[in-house]
Amino acid sequence: MVLDIIIAGLINGSTYALLAIGFSLIFGVARIVNIAHTAFYMVASYCIYLITQKLGYHPTVGMLVAVPLVTLLGLICYKLFIDPIREHEAAVLIGTIALAIAIQEIMLLIFTGDYLSVPALIQGYFTLFGVKVFHQQLLTFVAALIILGALRMLLMNTKLGLAIRSTAEDREVANLMGMNESRVAMITMGVSVGLAAFTGAVVVPLTIVNPFMWMHPLIMMMAVVVLGGLGSIKGSFMGAYILGFAEALVVFLIPMGSFLKGSVALSIMILVLLIRPEGLFGIAFEEER
Amino acid sequence: MNRCRILMTTLVAFFLVVTISFPALGAKTIKIGVIGPMQFVQGKGHWNGATLAAEEVNARGGVKVGNKKMKIELVKADSNEFLNVTDATNAMEMLLSRDKVDFVVGGFRSEAVFAMQDIAMDYKKIFIGAGASHSKLCLRVAEDYDRYKYWFRATPFNEKFLGRTSFIHLATVGAILKKSLNIPKVKVAIVAEKAMWVEPMIAAAKGFIPKVGMEVAGVWQPSQAATDVTAELSAIQRTEAPLIFTIFSASVGISFARQAGELKIPAVQVGINVEAQKDGFLEATQGMGNYVMTLNTFARGVEVNELSKPFMDKYIKRFGETPTYTAETYSAIVYNLVPVIEQAGTLDADKLIPIMETREFKTPSGRVKMVSTPEGKPIHELKWGPGYQTSLGVQWQDGKLVGVWPNKWKAAPKAPEITYKGIVPYKIPPWMIEKYKK
Repeated sequence: MVLDIIIAGLINGSTYALLAIGFSLIFGVARIVNIAHTAFYMVASYCIYLITQKLGYHPTVGMLVAVPLVTLLGLICYKLFIDPIREHEAAVLIGTIALAIAIQEIMLLIFTGDYLSVPALIQGYFTLFGVKVFHQQLLTFVAALIILGALRMLLMNTKLGLAIRSTAEDREVANLMGMNESRVAMITMGVSVGLAAFTGAVVVPLTIVNPFMWMHPLIMMMAVVVLGGLGSIKGSFMGAYILGFAEALVVFLIPMGSFLKGSVALSIMILVLLIRPEGLFGIAFEEER
Repeated sequence: MNRCRILMTTLVAFFLVVTISFPALGAKTIKIGVIGPMQFVQGKGHWNGATLAAEEVNARGGVKVGNKKMKIELVKADSNEFLNVTDATNAMEMLLSRDKVDFVVGGFRSEAVFAMQDIAMDYKKIFIGAGASHSKLCLRVAEDYDRYKYWFRATPFNEKFLGRTSFIHLATVGAILKKSLNIPKVKVAIVAEKAMWVEPMIAAAKGFIPKVGMEVAGVWQPSQAATDVTAELSAIQRTEAPLIFTIFSASVGISFARQAGELKIPAVQVGINVEAQKDGFLEATQGMGNYVMTLNTFARGVEVNELSKPFMDKYIKRFGETPTYTAETYSAIVYNLVPVIEQAGTLDADKLIPIMETREFKTPSGRVKMVSTPEGKPIHELKWGPGYQTSLGVQWQDGKLVGVWPNKWKAAPKAPEITYKGIVPYKIPPWMIEKYKK
């Protein structure tokens, strides 16, 4: 059973990590709480469904088309709906909720509420210490590690990364130093939405495509980000696996209460916040102010 | 010029008042409100069934009410009840106050139908439920007859009978596994979504399974919207249960069937899986839903009676898909409302109710009779059992949804065997045979 828990925890955690890293990035840099983050993940899922199931292309083609397309959509949405109100954090929060609901309703109109699915990028499964694991789940785990590595490379070893980090550190000083803070925020938004779309592409074969599929991951992603510390990518990564393991523990130890896995994970988040309000790797609120 | 303007304004105002206030003025139609979650399969079923009924009745000249013929006019109302019960009550209110419908058919989620039922009762309009199974909906009729007598059930039968039928399916498949795979004691894993309506069924299943010589291996309750159930499947596999009793009405039915099929979990699935009743199930599970068995109302090629085939053929020709059980709005209109109105010669609900309570009639899914409480109080509930509504056991076999139950079913030891026309034998998945024949 221990192995089951470890494997299930790693898989759950990888999905949450992929979503939370993008969300954390845009919050860390531009202080944008983008509630529509998982709505973009949903749009990518529908794109892949359309390309694979309706047009008959391989899931890889779906992925290659969906990620840039959704990134572009994210940038348009940013320019139209977020950028004009960026200075007002509460307005951004409410605006992105409205944006997410609008996207949901559009998907509902186009695709109705039917439950849809797409084929896996890599079909089949393998057995690890007696536990059956989908190849797609392994891909999700590997993708989470690669994304984290690539993001670290981008942030630490490139000029863009330096700009992003500087902006995250202090927007005003970065501006005074000649950095186009608005442009950096837009690029970060592009990377963030691109990550959401990529997550959609990797995770969609493991899930059910429907217009409400953005809600549950949003709650879990927010929990991960708050647990890890708002704006901390490392924290998001750690938080994702903590909640992933918590969920796996519930399923294996209390089978009749497996529906409680989300609630237990959220309770852990609350518990951590009571002890450490800034989250595991976050900056203390007082200090931030 | 000024006088002309005043005259024009008065005329426009007059027409507005007349059209808004008296929409039914001079109406020669019977207005039937069709309420359901229209963006979802269930609502589409409600609407398609009613559409087919209206087209059929209108094509033969309409409904004879006294000495005049009236056509049926349908009014569509999206209850959005999956997401918001308030939307459902608003939709019902609009149907009754603005559209002034004469009757209402539809409804799906019990939680929403309770609220919608109250509104229909306030307006004293007949509401025929075609989706919600909660027994309390009908028990309300006995509790407060004068208020709730306008409620009738068209489908499905209540959760007690749903449970009873699926237990029969479970025992049938358990016996097949025992005999064909030489499993001395069949273990059963109960997997049910977390919802109000499944709790009594879980309790009943725990009591029933040992009685038929099987053993409960455990109970798992993922959330209704769970998309990853691999952890639950791993745990079930560890119990070595060859039989999984499912109770699903939501999307978890797809996740569970797909992942169990992909992982080739050596256990068959029997029970209720509403998603598996739909034509799109195999596509939704990427072909992995094969061999899943569920309770259902209709199946292609299965004839409960002589009305089944013509209805199925007509429905499939018109909409290109097998009807789901909510398409019973067809029967509610064609076999219930229309003959009752013609018999009574009126649209007055109070005059129609006594006829509806006592009338027995056939529908494509079986014979309908309204039952009463043991004390004889009417509850407007469907009668379950041989000769009446039994539903079907259907299984996905080689990409097709086929009927597998009732197949030589005896409701009691001395009762005659029942097999509907078009029923085929149950199939065990090949990976199960491979595992147990070793």
